[in-house]
Amino acid sequence: MITLMINGKQISVLEGTTIMNAAKQAQIDIPHLCYLEGLEPEYHCRVCCVEIAGEPRLAPSCVREVTEGMKVQTNSARVRRARRVIVELLLANHLIECPVCERNQTCELLKLAFELGVKEIRFEGERAHYELDETSPAIIRDPNKCVLCGRCVRVCHDVQTVSVLSLVNRGLETKVATYMENGLGNVECTTCGQCIHVCPVGAIKERSAVDEVWAALANPGKHTVVQEAPAMRASLGEELGLPPGTLVAGKMHAALRRLGFNTVFDTNFSADLTIIEEAAELVKRVKEGGVLPQITSCSPGWIKFMEHFYPDLIPHVSTCKSPQQMFGALAKTYYAEKAGIDPAKVVSVSIMPCTAKKFEAQRPEMRASGFQDVDYVLTTRELARMIKEAGIDFASLPDEPADELMGLYSGAGTIFGATGGVMEAALRTAYKLVTGREAEKIDIEPVRGLDGVKATIVNIDGLEVQVAVAHGLGNARKLLDEVRAGKSPYHFIEIMACPGGCVGGGGQPIGFNMVLRGIRGQTLYSEDRRLPHRRSHDNPSIIKIYQDYLKEPLGEKSHHLLHTKYTKRGRV
Amino acid sequence: MEKLLTRNVGKADSADIEVYLAGGGYQALKKALGMKSGDVIEEVKKSRLVGRGGAVFPTGLKWELTRKISTEQRVSPWMPREEPPSGWRAASKFIVCNADEGEPGTFKDRILLLNDPHMLLEALAIAGYAIGTTQGFIYIRGEYYREIEALEKALKQAKAKGYLGNNILGSGFSFDLMLYRGAGSYVCGEETALIESMEGNRGCPDCRPPFPAQRGFMGRPTVINNVETLCNIPSIMVNGGEWYSRIGSPDSPGPKLFCLSGHVNKPGVYELPMNITLGELIQNYGGGVKGEFKAALPGGVSSSLLTDLKVKLDYKSVAKAGSMLGSGAVIVLNKDTSIIDVAKNTIDFFTGESCAKCSVCREGTRRAGEMLARFANSGGRAKDIDLLLELGEVMYDTACCGLGQASMNVTTSAIKLFRGEFEQRLAK
Repeated sequence: MITLMINGKQISVLEGTTIMNAAKQAQIDIPHLCYLEGLEPEYHCRVCCVEIAGEPRLAPSCVREVTEGMKVQTNSARVRRARRVIVELLLANHLIECPVCERNQTCELLKLAFELGVKEIRFEGERAHYELDETSPAIIRDPNKCVLCGRCVRVCHDVQTVSVLSLVNRGLETKVATYMENGLGNVECTTCGQCIHVCPVGAIKERSAVDEVWAALANPGKHTVVQEAPAMRASLGEELGLPPGTLVAGKMHAALRRLGFNTVFDTNFSADLTIIEEAAELVKRVKEGGVLPQITSCSPGWIKFMEHFYPDLIPHVSTCKSPQQMFGALAKTYYAEKAGIDPAKVVSVSIMPCTAKKFEAQRPEMRASGFQDVDYVLTTRELARMIKEAGIDFASLPDEPADELMGLYSGAGTIFGATGGVMEAALRTAYKLVTGREAEKIDIEPVRGLDGVKATIVNIDGLEVQVAVAHGLGNARKLLDEVRAGKSPYHFIEIMACPGGCVGGGGQPIGFNMVLRGIRGQTLYSEDRRLPHRRSHDNPSIIKIYQDYLKEPLGEKSHHLLHTKYTKRGRV
Repeated sequence: MEKLLTRNVGKADSADIEVYLAGGGYQALKKALGMKSGDVIEEVKKSRLVGRGGAVFPTGLKWELTRKISTEQRVSPWMPREEPPSGWRAASKFIVCNADEGEPGTFKDRILLLNDPHMLLEALAIAGYAIGTTQGFIYIRGEYYREIEALEKALKQAKAKGYLGNNILGSGFSFDLMLYRGAGSYVCGEETALIESMEGNRGCPDCRPPFPAQRGFMGRPTVINNVETLCNIPSIMVNGGEWYSRIGSPDSPGPKLFCLSGHVNKPGVYELPMNITLGELIQNYGGGVKGEFKAALPGGVSSSLLTDLKVKLDYKSVAKAGSMLGSGAVIVLNKDTSIIDVAKNTIDFFTGESCAKCSVCREGTRRAGEMLARFANSGGRAKDIDLLLELGEVMYDTACCGLGQASMNVTTSAIKLFRGEFEQRLAK
């Protein structure tokens, strides 16, 4: 233990603790900008500087480790002046358009300027002028707002191991750029959107589809159909001011009806459908000696990552489309047929916790209905703003169910939103497929929770099925490298691009807080426990669609509408 | 005074190993290898030699710290490499010679590299032996083409003659050297940025502590010494630390290479003891000021302006006068020079060379440049004078490396010494 004084108060902390973390234990939150819990500190901003007795200069508290007898002042006049000057300098080179910036409720620079008492920007002069990077279908970068904190570079490199963003040049020319400044749309960007979560300002955001959706809703010649991803019900309330983890499935359906959507379905339905197809595929591979391990395919960020970095593993990846795309293909075929609507008039909108879904919807493979299967993808944040814009008092809305045809869902569909959920849901159905009986133990605890890589063995009537789950692409690499080396012991692997799974997707409420992501996941597991059906194959709407339309899992119609192919993209 | 560092400069083929050997070259290495490595360090400590790159850290102490430290493997998050690339020895610690001479007004190391590369190689082998490593590096400024050529030739000769390589002079000690070329970044002369650059990363300085002597190249303890510092080592080994410590000023023993430039009649590199005054240097060696003396920068553009010609050019006296001797780049300014132009010129240099990691340096240098440009165009704003001083203090307080910390020194000293010039240039 190391004993030191912080602001005159003596505390003891473990050796190797940084001053910033030691201060936290003394109930002091040192202001900071480039530091973010969960990322390696890189001390770019210098906002977290503190005064250490006997040292000629101030020290960055995010990296400086405590030493015995150290005397630290986190709030002296000298420190406060330095912080103000630094924030003024950052503001002087920042595109200040706060009223129309989409981060004005969550901007850390704005908050710092207010809290540090910055009253004017004394450094008038030139500001950098850059073009926006609008090459990606999912993510837009505005370097004019960038404060060069390097968080996006770190999350992309250290956490996701994708590394498409880096700092280039020096001096005033310094900026965050992609390889040869090709733009995010032309490099290996997986569009996972974690960079949006860590950006302290409005320099990275999703490509919004709000205006297009408003236009479709206002067009009487169009029939709007909407689906909402499993994770939405655990985060939409949070974005609209309810406590984190509030389950809002019913309010969400109600709000969408009030926004004017003609039909409100639920992606949980097609999550159940994915399970039927994917479990059948797994059983087939195991029985017929197909390529194993089979790897899940619901996370479009993971799929693009695989196509760039592990294209040789394509045979391992399930051919099942993601729930969003299965739904999209059915909305303009099955639903249009049943409802007697010209599919050309159907506008299919999905509400997703995800930025990569925007990319996925535009893939050329995703036109099985003869049209673009999913027309517009909105993130949690975009839908929340539409609800606010429409003046809907979300908290007071009654709970409403989704429309039945493609809106009933099981608990297995709901837990898709948390890491390990797809695995658990698939095993519940695989058990039935293999044994013809229902599993006695429906909860598969070892694949839940926030460990980066989780593995377990499930006994299905004497068949020992080895499964593993990874979330976050850096963790995924650990499992994938094993597969590539031919040393993977697993039969089935679930991979989600984002840390925490979809509850931590790039479209979720801003923040890189794993605790919050865990709480959202718990919300999904609690809904699972409460639902009348907890296995995908028990969902009455699923039973009905196979009876009326698809006939059988992996059948001809399924093959056409619900399965897809992948592209060997390779490295850029 | 007898010349130590530049004794071979001017000799025909002075860079050739035969000429170096004829002048007693590599005798110091032979002597050192016959001693215990701890005793080699003792001699260097006795000499009271301090780093000539500007940081003035005692060389012997630096070596001792590195020699004693236990090896700790650091896996860089940017480039996790367990094994070193081929071509050099995997060692548990390293010695690096900083030959990335980039400070404006500094041109002393190139004289040594060009004329006496073997003196440096010999010194590095001694240093390697002393701290207990088998691998050293020379990180050289990329634009020093002729110097690189000279070093490459010298390395080849030294290896052929057995002064580098396996089992040097039959002592059982093996040591190799490898040349790293910089890519044109000024800040890579800063030791932590230099390490980043060597590791293949973006050349940005790191926080200290930990110092390179604790955690340096590849995460291992690394001594980084300036060319001039190292070139003192062979003389110390041959003549003893005692002898060396009596040269020149008692506070700052040993010879120093002064790079005299600016408004003097005879600019150039002068090897002198550190007991002469600024005035003597300019008058007796530089042939006097061209025009009338106004001020001088004793340690290049990172130091503060001096107007007192009687200041002794040793580390302590210059610091006492409010500046720093740094690398010994003395830039003289005459009365025809606008101090505002000098300040703007230096800050523009730092603006361009900031690695941009620290917000305060990246943005601060540029805003200072803009304020100074307004003064230069007679459009200065009164409040900017104090703002420049405040900015200078904050940059000193919060920037990560010497570049940011010292970048405002010329400007703030200019305001303190020549405030009138700024006030004359206020917007009407």
